[in-house]
Amino acid sequence: MSTVINESSAQAAGGMTTDMPHEFLTFTLGAEEYGVDILKVQEIRGYDTVTRIPEAPDFIKGVINLRGTIVPVVDMRLKFKLGKAEYNEFTVMIILNVARRVVGMVVDGVSDVMQLTPEQIRPAPEFGSAVNSRFITGLGAFDERMLILVDIEKLMSAADMALMDSHSQALQ
Amino acid sequence: MSSIDLSRFHQTFFDESLEGLDTMESALLRLDVGSADAETINTIFRAAHSIKGGAGTFGFSAVAAFTHHVETLLDRVRSGQRQVSQSDVDLLLRSVDVMRCMLKAASSGDELDAAQAAAVQAELESSLDSDVAQAPKVQAAAATAAPGKPRTAWSIHFVPKPELFASGNDPLRILREVSAMGAAEVSCDPARLPPLRAAEPDLCYLAWTVKLEGEVTLEQIHECFAWVEDDCTLEIVALDAEVSPSPSPSPPPLPSPVAASAPAPAGTAPKRPSLNVVEGGRSETRDKAGEGGSIRVGTEKIDALINLVGELVITQAMLMQQAGQLDPVQNERLLQGLSQLDRNTRMLQEAVMSTRMLPMDFVFSRFPRVVRDLAAKLGKQVRLSTVGEHTELDKSVIERIADPLNHLVRNALDHGLESIEERSRSGKDVCGSIRLSAAHQGGNILIEVSDDGRGLDRERIIAKARERGLQVLDSATDAEVWQLIFAPGFSTAATVTDVSGRGVGMDVVKKNIQALGGQVDIASQTGHGMTVSIRLPLTLAILDGMSVRVGDQIFIVPLGAVVESLQPRADQVKSLAAQGHVIKVRNEYVPLAELAQMFGIPGESSGPSAGILVLMEAEGRKIAARVDELVGQQQVVIKSLETNYRRVRGISGATILGDGRVALILDVAGLVRLFSTQAQAA
Repeated sequence: MSTVINESSAQAAGGMTTDMPHEFLTFTLGAEEYGVDILKVQEIRGYDTVTRIPEAPDFIKGVINLRGTIVPVVDMRLKFKLGKAEYNEFTVMIILNVARRVVGMVVDGVSDVMQLTPEQIRPAPEFGSAVNSRFITGLGAFDERMLILVDIEKLMSAADMALMDSHSQALQ
Repeated sequence: MSSIDLSRFHQTFFDESLEGLDTMESALLRLDVGSADAETINTIFRAAHSIKGGAGTFGFSAVAAFTHHVETLLDRVRSGQRQVSQSDVDLLLRSVDVMRCMLKAASSGDELDAAQAAAVQAELESSLDSDVAQAPKVQAAAATAAPGKPRTAWSIHFVPKPELFASGNDPLRILREVSAMGAAEVSCDPARLPPLRAAEPDLCYLAWTVKLEGEVTLEQIHECFAWVEDDCTLEIVALDAEVSPSPSPSPPPLPSPVAASAPAPAGTAPKRPSLNVVEGGRSETRDKAGEGGSIRVGTEKIDALINLVGELVITQAMLMQQAGQLDPVQNERLLQGLSQLDRNTRMLQEAVMSTRMLPMDFVFSRFPRVVRDLAAKLGKQVRLSTVGEHTELDKSVIERIADPLNHLVRNALDHGLESIEERSRSGKDVCGSIRLSAAHQGGNILIEVSDDGRGLDRERIIAKARERGLQVLDSATDAEVWQLIFAPGFSTAATVTDVSGRGVGMDVVKKNIQALGGQVDIASQTGHGMTVSIRLPLTLAILDGMSVRVGDQIFIVPLGAVVESLQPRADQVKSLAAQGHVIKVRNEYVPLAELAQMFGIPGESSGPSAGILVLMEAEGRKIAARVDELVGQQQVVIKSLETNYRRVRGISGATILGDGRVALILDVAGLVRLFSTQAQAA
């Protein structure tokens, strides 16, 4: 399992170094704009009522029924303590396919899909965002905007996300 | 031209051959030594024959060669040249084992235990050799009726089923083969031939009558028809040699009263009841047709189907709920359609669920062999009876129940049943009995393993338990004492034997069954035997649950775990060491679990008498869980929480409610444990 995942993340990284433009879904968390590899995104949904899970950290809102599959939902704003975690008509959930799992991610809003060529991606400095820099693959420059590119697979599999059992984390 | 890749048929060959071996094994165990039933022997023979044929076709020459010896032996039995003895049955059973090993080795490419195979083969050969010496004697004894003796004239009436061609058989080739054996006179009976316009080109309408003269045995004739025996009506009549070829024309396809005149100890064709002639085969064709009517489907396909149907049921329930708010007069047709949809979905769900169901026979059928071998090893006499083999159970449950059952049966044999001397001393039938039964009971299946042995020894269990440092009160009830044998490493066997008694076992049995959502109970009467009953849900995919509300959340409690629910009175609730609470229910103090508190749900009320207490039981321990409301009772489809999330203590899974929301299913056993650790930690 671990090798497969390593391969796929290697591919994602490799994809960025080629001349082919790479597509990112961008979303906002507070004032910051983030981008995730569009291939990891399964769909985008409005915020649904969730069922709370006992003994889960506060940023795990609970589970939803996604056409028969039980999917955990993480509120990134709570996770990164950004802005206010308000749930209104604009609150969206990005359903991600990471590490062979389906995970929902609540964000403030989804902006658009952007194509970035390798020249537009700069290495990330060691500070500056709420997201730990080891999950940041680079900064995308696009007109006047700055996009923080996140390795969402690594982020969601991290131990402090508490999304997976410790034994499956060991496999990562 | 032999470019057809046969290897893609190999798996089918292995599957079918292994099934054939199972058939052989069970038939051998059924076989009554001395008065061997011809039909049983034929079943065994046919299985061996098709394995040999298949092995030859696919180039597994070792299997084919070995099976050939088995077949030869069986053929002698079939033709009455040899009486089946107990040692023959043993030898054949061992041969079945060898063949199974050979097939497994061939399919996986593993090394074969050649020495064992060679030994059994040598035994077969020597047994066959000794037979040759005896054979003439046997024949002489049965001079008149012996079918093995070459006759000089035969009349063969061969009426193939119309579908004969579909099985790839050509009657002409068979007839040619028959005529090669002697002077044959073949006449064709076109009576069944329809007008040309109505004739289907791929159906066989013709029938033949062959008069065969020459030194031919009945087996030789049967051999020619071996591949089509199930697809035709075959009548073979010995024509009296003295009376020269009788002028009687071949009888029309009417059943002639053959059975009486035919030499039929082997009882294949002539034994066929005349009634069956119409459908053209013996009753066994029905079984064959059953096999032919099935297809092998990967379990993942069936699981996908079950998932989809589960979704359909949920969607349908959602629609129904919405429709409940509609005006029944204005929306009459819509509501009618919906109620029809409701019925259809339910039937679809049942039908799809039933595809995963297998009869208990699947597990039970292995035990005659296990018991037989084990009884021989232990020097005990055992009669095994099975009841309810046809009870159906989910495939995944069946697969996982096999090991625990095996353990229980071995236990019953080794520890339960006394030795022959002991039994006769205590005035019991020296032949012990073990009974396996399966029956539906509500939404559960009840499987019981009972023996008429010595039963459990209360004193010894208590002594043993204390030796191991377990706390046992002298006043403990029998049921409580019996539960002690499920403790890890517990064994009451005086000596550790090869069979069982190492003390690992009952705890594993219990764990396995609990993992399936089942329960194990023991009933025992000293000196009269014991019964272990296993209660299992019919399927792992669906659960009968009671939905309860805690705060704003709905939880599902498995109905099997619910003992009762009650409204607590303040004076029933007692605090224990100022940390936890217990409630006195029917003179029993049960720990009180505040679900809202345990699951961190903002509760709406507190106080000892608030809400409703649901008394649940698991692993022999009870807890009373406080909930705010009992919502209802429903069947829920179990969904895994771990697919996309992780294990949660006290929760066994999740389900989707009628309104599309997710509800968590309580893991009562886990909760009991969780609660006791919390109480200890507190």
